[in-house]
Amino acid sequence: MNRLAVRKLVSNLALALAGVATLIGLICLGAILWTLISHGLGGLSHATFSEMTPPPGNAGGLLNAIYGSLVMTGIGLAFGAPIGILAGTYLAEYGRGKALSAVVRFVNDVLLSAPSIIVGLFVYEIMVVRMGHFSAIAGAVALAVIAIPVTVRTTEDMLNLIPQGMKDASTALGVHHWRTVTSVIYPAARSGIVTGLLLAVARISGETAPLLFTALNNQFWSTDLNAPMANLPVVIFQFALSPYQDWQQLAWTGALLITITILLLSIAARSIVAGVKRGRR
Amino acid sequence: MNEMAIVRRIGRERSVERVFRAATFVAAVLVLLLLGGVTVSLIHGGWPALAHFRLSFLTTEIWNPVTENFGALAPIYGTLVTSVIAMVIAIPVSFGVAVFLTELAPAWLRRPVGVAIELLAGVPSIIYGIWGLFVLAPLLQRHVQPWLIEHLGAAPGIGALFKGPPFGIGILTAGLVLAIMVLPFIASVMRDVFETVPDVLKESAYGLGATRWEVIWKVVVPYTRAGTIGGIMLGLGRALGETMAVTFVIGNAHRVSSSLLAPGTTISASIANEFTEAVGDLYTSSLVALGVLLFAITFIVIAIARLMLMRLNRRALSSV
Repeated sequence: MNRLAVRKLVSNLALALAGVATLIGLICLGAILWTLISHGLGGLSHATFSEMTPPPGNAGGLLNAIYGSLVMTGIGLAFGAPIGILAGTYLAEYGRGKALSAVVRFVNDVLLSAPSIIVGLFVYEIMVVRMGHFSAIAGAVALAVIAIPVTVRTTEDMLNLIPQGMKDASTALGVHHWRTVTSVIYPAARSGIVTGLLLAVARISGETAPLLFTALNNQFWSTDLNAPMANLPVVIFQFALSPYQDWQQLAWTGALLITITILLLSIAARSIVAGVKRGRR
Repeated sequence: MNEMAIVRRIGRERSVERVFRAATFVAAVLVLLLLGGVTVSLIHGGWPALAHFRLSFLTTEIWNPVTENFGALAPIYGTLVTSVIAMVIAIPVSFGVAVFLTELAPAWLRRPVGVAIELLAGVPSIIYGIWGLFVLAPLLQRHVQPWLIEHLGAAPGIGALFKGPPFGIGILTAGLVLAIMVLPFIASVMRDVFETVPDVLKESAYGLGATRWEVIWKVVVPYTRAGTIGGIMLGLGRALGETMAVTFVIGNAHRVSSSLLAPGTTISASIANEFTEAVGDLYTSSLVALGVLLFAITFIVIAIARLMLMRLNRRALSSV
C-alpha cells in the first residue's frame, strides 16, 4: 500500500469514528428521553395535578411540589431578573471599556459555571442559619443567585447586537442615556432579553442541589414563604431513592414534567433567537 | 412659565439618569459581591472544622460522625477519580461530535443534530442521576461489570481497578454518568470554536493535498487549541462540581478503594447526602469545609477555562 492510500484510510477511519461518536451522543439522549417517557407517562394522571405528595405506600400526586416549584422559580426570577438585566446593561452601556466591567464579566462567567451546591451552602450560611429554619424564601434566593449570571450574560450579549447607529441617532436628539436605553435599546433587544429570561427559568427550574438545604421539602400543602416548601426536584430526589413503588413512580412522573418543561423553554428560546438573527440579516 | 417647566423637566431627566446609572452600577457590583459573599460565608462556615483538623483534614480517610473525626481524603479522591473517568470518555467522544458537526455532516443534518446535542446539555442533572440509578447501574451490574472483573480483574497492574463484587453503583458508574453529562457541553464549545477557523486556511491545506483528517488534526485543532482546552476545562469544572447526577449512583461510602467498581463518594455527594442530617457543629462545619475545597478546586479550573475562552468571540459562545 502506498502512502496516499494509508493517509486516505486513516482519514476515513477517523471520520467514521467521529460519526460513531455522534451516534453515541444521540443514543444517550434518546435513551434518557425514552426512559423518562416510558416510566413517567404511565404515572401521569389527573391525580398528579390535584393531589398532594403521599405518605409512603400510598398513591398521590405532586400538586404541592408543582406549586412550590412555580412559586420559588417565580420569586427567584423576580429577584434575579432585574439585577441581571441592570448588571448586563452596565456591562454593555455605562461600563463599556472600563476595568470594572472586565472584572465583573470574568466573575460573572465564573459564577455561571460554579457548582450549584456551593450556592446552596452559601444561602444556607447567610439565610437559613440566621433565620434558624429552612424556608421557601431561602430556596428562591438560591435560585435567584443562579439566575443572575445567566441573565447578565444574555442581556449583555443581546444589547451588544444593537447597532451603534441607532444609539447615536437617539443620543443626537439630546436625550439622556437612560432614555436611549429604555426607549431605544431595550425595545430593540426585547426578544433577546426575553430569551435570556427563558434560559434562566430553564436553568433554575431543574436545579436540585441549591434547594436541598434551603427550601428543603414539605409533604403538605404550604403557601408560607417562611416555612419549608415542597418542590419538584427535591421530591424527585427523595422519592427516587426511597424503596416504595408509589414514590418511585411519582419521581419518574415529576422527572418527565420537569424535562418537558425545560425542553419546551429551551426550544422556545432557540426559536426566538433564530427569529432575531434572521431579522438582522 | 413655560421656560420654568422646561428647566424642571431637564432637571428631572438628569436625576433619573443619575439614579439609573447608579442602579446599573450597583447591580454590576452586586455580581462581584456574590462571589465575595460565597467565598467569605463558606470559609466562615467551614472554619471550625478547618481550624480543628488543620492539614490532616486533607489527608485523613476517616469520616466518623460518632467520634466526630472527619477527613476529606475519600471525597477528594472520589471527586478526582470520577472526573478523570468522565473526561477520558467525554473528550474523545465530544471531539468526534464536534468534528462530525463542523466537517462531516451534510448541511441538512447539522442543525437538528446540533440542537439535539444542545438540548442534551439542558437536561437537568437530577434526570441523569435517576436515569443512571435505574437504567445504567443495573445494566452495568448485569452485563459489563462481571465481564470486567472476569477478564481484567486478574490482569497485573490494572487488575486492581476491577476487583470486588459488581455493585452496579460506584465510582465507575458515577464517572460514566458524568461523561454523558459533560459530553454535550464540551461538544458544543468545541463545535463553536471549530467554526471560527477561516475557510481559507482549510482550503489552502486541501490545496496542498491534505486529507480531511489531516486538515482537522493539523489545521483546525492547532488553530483552535486555546478554545478547545477552554471547553474541556469548562466540562471538567462541571464534572468536579456536579452533585445530583453523582449522588444517585456513587454509593456514598467514605473510603478510598483502589477498585473502580467499589462504592465511593465525592465532595458534592457527601454534602448533598449528609448536610440536612448532620448533627453537631463540627459535622456541619466539616461538610461546609468540603464545600470550601470544592469551591477552590472548581474556581481554579473554571478561571483557567474562562481565561482561555475569553480570547475568542464571546458571542459565538453565548450558548454556554
